[in-house]
Amino acid sequence: MFMEARFPLLTSTASRPGDQSDALAERIREASARREPLSIVGGGTKAFYGRHVAGALFPISGHTGIIDYEPSELVITARAGTPVVEIEALLAQRNQMLAFEPPIFGAVSTIGGVVASGLSGPRRPFAGAVRDFVLGVTVLDGRGQRLRLGGTVFKNVAGFDGFRLMAGALGCLGVLLDVSLRVAPRPKAELAVSLEGDWPTARDRITQLMRRPLPLSGAFHDGTRLYLRLSGPETAVAQAVQEIGGEPAGLVQFDALRHMRSGILTAAKLWRLSLPRSAQVEDISGDWLIDWAGGQRWLVSQDANDRIRASAVAAGGHATLFRGADPADAVFTPLPASLFKIHQRLKGAFDPAGVFNPGRMYEGL
Amino acid sequence: MLDQFDQALDPTFATYNRAVLIARLKAILPADGLLTTPEAMRVYECDGLAAYRGLPGLVALPRNPEQVRGILMTCADLEVPVVARGAGTGLSGGALPFPGCVLLSLSRFNRILEIDADARVARVQPGVRNLAISEAVAPYGLFYAPDPSSQIACSIGGNVAENAGGVHCLKYGLTVHNIQKLDMVTLDGDVLTLGSDSLDAPGFDLMALMTGSEGLLGVVTEVTVKLLPQPVHAQVLLAAFAEVSTGGAAVAAIIAAGVIPAGLEMMDHLALTAAESHAHAGYPVDAAAILLCELDGSPEDVAQELQRVADICEASGATEVRVARDAAERARFWAGRKGAFPAMGRLAPDYYCIDGTIPRRRLPDVLEEIARMSAAAGLPVANVFHAGDGNLHPLILYDANAPGQMEQAEALGGAILELCVSVGGTITGEHGVGREKINQMCAQFSRAEIEIFAAMKAAFDPRGLLNPGKAIPTLARCAEFGAMHVHGGAVPFAHLDRL
Repeated sequence: MFMEARFPLLTSTASRPGDQSDALAERIREASARREPLSIVGGGTKAFYGRHVAGALFPISGHTGIIDYEPSELVITARAGTPVVEIEALLAQRNQMLAFEPPIFGAVSTIGGVVASGLSGPRRPFAGAVRDFVLGVTVLDGRGQRLRLGGTVFKNVAGFDGFRLMAGALGCLGVLLDVSLRVAPRPKAELAVSLEGDWPTARDRITQLMRRPLPLSGAFHDGTRLYLRLSGPETAVAQAVQEIGGEPAGLVQFDALRHMRSGILTAAKLWRLSLPRSAQVEDISGDWLIDWAGGQRWLVSQDANDRIRASAVAAGGHATLFRGADPADAVFTPLPASLFKIHQRLKGAFDPAGVFNPGRMYEGL
Repeated sequence: MLDQFDQALDPTFATYNRAVLIARLKAILPADGLLTTPEAMRVYECDGLAAYRGLPGLVALPRNPEQVRGILMTCADLEVPVVARGAGTGLSGGALPFPGCVLLSLSRFNRILEIDADARVARVQPGVRNLAISEAVAPYGLFYAPDPSSQIACSIGGNVAENAGGVHCLKYGLTVHNIQKLDMVTLDGDVLTLGSDSLDAPGFDLMALMTGSEGLLGVVTEVTVKLLPQPVHAQVLLAAFAEVSTGGAAVAAIIAAGVIPAGLEMMDHLALTAAESHAHAGYPVDAAAILLCELDGSPEDVAQELQRVADICEASGATEVRVARDAAERARFWAGRKGAFPAMGRLAPDYYCIDGTIPRRRLPDVLEEIARMSAAAGLPVANVFHAGDGNLHPLILYDANAPGQMEQAEALGGAILELCVSVGGTITGEHGVGREKINQMCAQFSRAEIEIFAAMKAAFDPRGLLNPGKAIPTLARCAEFGAMHVHGGAVPFAHLDRL
């Protein structure tokens, strides 16, 4: 006998407003029985990301509500359809935040979409990515079964970390019902500075700064200037600003970067290259915006897709056609056959009928 | 005892021809790379959970990834179970040999391959000791953050298998947050690279899945770890409390105030008095509980935050608050904490260390319940607590020579873990499920969840040969042992509020 009644509050959903998990599970069982592909949608603000899914729309935006938030536990648990702006507003009231700074492309953007897309903002190299802050999820698998993976505590090594696997899986493994995220206190002080110079100069400066325990929380280069953000205790931030020099800059520029509202980030066809910080990418012409201290580089280029991808791989990273892919294009860098085989088996374990976002990440997955 | 594998409740495998296996492995391994006699294999019969013992079929000691691949492909071909082992310091029996298995020791993978201080990474083999990494990168002003208590001996490969934490993980994260790339070999003989030299990799986050997978998915042959700059300054504060609950309230208040200490540890009266008589740390032995709070950063900020923490502790009812006067006193404060486990030897011939995590706010309830259970079982329990992250280490004191006490301690430990689950926590914070907590998995997870874990394992290891009988219970085992957790349909610990 298993303890199916572990969380008695969670066993029946009918009486709780915002909880649509029974209906969602029922729809999944139907779809699986008919092998009918489902295109899972939160707020729909990241529909451009990933390959096109030919499937019936499966909205989760009605499955909403904060389930638990206790600031002293540094954890928030919310249903997947809860707007992320609502969560951020609630955290801000208690002087806390989502430290991975997810990009938010609209008020309807959901926390489920944030986790499923796995996208993180400027703080990522210094604070961690979405998957570093996911403590647990409840998902519906392709059988319509509710699975609780992970939990609400930071240290937890019982069972495989299937919850981290959901971050960035683009909904291909299951439908997120709720997510538990670790939250962080907002820094006491936050300042930005900018320094003139080309990227190689900026790169060397970043390398030198990152060797030391400075409160860096952002580092991007727009082609002509390096922008640095510092967050932390007052004295540490003030000392770092004084030492780094440069000119004062606005924090607003980091917001624009985070939400991808500025410069080339709004381009119709946009590449994201994930690279070792100091990597040099040869032979690609185009406009660059370099974030994550060099680790994430945005590119607008007319060069051939294969060529861009090959250059990124040669430099030790990978390239994603973040926005503006033609339906026939690969979006993500193809995987070696040995890894793809494991992806397919994991997909089959969670979604045996193959109904969840088929092809969103890769053809055949 | 759980070191006995059960044909009805654990995975089973057909018998194989040992002479054929030895002949094929000899062709792969150097002359000193294979141990086959009971005398030679004795040292591998247990890990840090020494109460669980069993001899493997043989021991393989490869020197390079190609040999690991050869061993795994041979074992896959002959359907021989494989148990990978790092330094053998694990506390959950994760490296306990399965009967007839090939015990695959990674101890010869002991080289630091590359330190790139500018990229703040080191590429190391899995047998490298945790502390050896921080020692090697110290000249560059860097360190490797996860620091489990066993860091002087434990290996980085074992840390990956267990997703090891340590005293400083509240601020600096677990192993999963501090590694960037893994090379591993599967039983199919595939050599996989998970993660990358950049901050992410395409596809599912298999590196995160591999971390903490307890040797069930593959064998790690190389790890790229992230390094951090050493903090300029660190200081530690000791606060004493007349009641455990006020100490618990102070912990919640510190975190709620936005302070993220580098370390935040709590010890109850029994633990702190034993530690004091062992290490002479200067602990107030009349306190019901003490809190150790370490802060790091710039000297000015540390001084300011120390004052805030001291104020919070006093407001929460601390009877005494002390800041270490110098580095020597700071080292003594920590020596007491780090020596708390061995100090138990002063109180009882044996102790059994439990490893549950609970939401911090449930600490007073849970400690009270543990005290009740301890009294009922007639076995004293001392509590050491990674308070910042809710990871509780009750130490059950017993005498293995007294008939039945070992089993009683095991049963009490199991009951404490179920208590942790019932308040919304977990049966293991950092030691892993291993063999030890295989039955409690049935208390924490539903049948569907156990089935999905088994399917995830099968995605990497379709034949189920890697570390069988560990971490993920069979459905048969849960049918047998899950039953004891629900008495007459009643939810256990019904008097406690649910999550």
